[in-house]
Amino acid sequence: MDKIRALIVDDSSVMRKIVERSLRQAGVELEKVVEASNGAEALVALQHNVVDLILCDINMPVMDGLEFVRQSATVENAKGVPIVMITTEGSESHVVQALSAGARGYIRKPFTPEQVKEHVVSVLGKKL
Amino acid sequence: MSVDRSFVTRSKEENWMPVLELAVEEVFEIMVGCRVKPVAQTEHPPNEEYTAMIGLAGALCGILTLSCNAQTARQIARSMLGGTDNADTEVADALGELCNMIAGNFKNKLAGTDERCMLSVPTVISGGEYSFHSLADGCSVATVLLFEDAPVAVRLQLQS
Repeated sequence: MDKIRALIVDDSSVMRKIVERSLRQAGVELEKVVEASNGAEALVALQHNVVDLILCDINMPVMDGLEFVRQSATVENAKGVPIVMITTEGSESHVVQALSAGARGYIRKPFTPEQVKEHVVSVLGKKL
Repeated sequence: MSVDRSFVTRSKEENWMPVLELAVEEVFEIMVGCRVKPVAQTEHPPNEEYTAMIGLAGALCGILTLSCNAQTARQIARSMLGGTDNADTEVADALGELCNMIAGNFKNKLAGTDERCMLSVPTVISGGEYSFHSLADGCSVATVLLFEDAPVAVRLQLQS
């Protein structure tokens, strides 16, 4: 797989680091990692950065992950970029809401690097 | 959102301790990379220099807390983040996220609870000079687990 550029959105800086570490442990080569602490910051980040993959929490202040997914559809740099939700909200209704809003994958916390790898391979359509 | 009486009743009728312990064990094993096992609280009284808390609202209404001493909190953060020393803010953030995942994992294991229970953002308090008082006055489920020979206390307190 080519090196990828990832946007990681989570209000916890620790969780952003853990997600990045999990990607690396899963064998994903990262060219660039952009971080945002909520959906609004992520929308701004997308105006200045081109990414291949977005990993996004749901429960965040200012703008939550579901709203970010909806609004990102209108952002040029987000068009066609797969969004995978990573969240503690594991209910079926949350999964349905996220996928209906446009997310391509859904990972429940706690998660293993292998689970992250499965989803990345699935949404990017490439083998690691 | 009102409190669902059936869940308050269930919490009293069912033994939720094994469910809570399993939720804690899974989160520690996956996110901290360490197995923890329940121990008798009388033999391992927890030191509460750090307390992370998550509010629950909806079908389950109350609070879930995770407490440990400062050294254990730093070790947990180090393990979660990959072996580096961390600033106090990162230690608190790590403990809050751990508590968040335990609460989420616990509610996901209770049939019918997951859809109708919301979690708050985590709050973490630290220091030796504080007392913890919850106004949730219903059922309480509490366990102590050993993490690298140090006690970690997890308590679920529900509003009646």
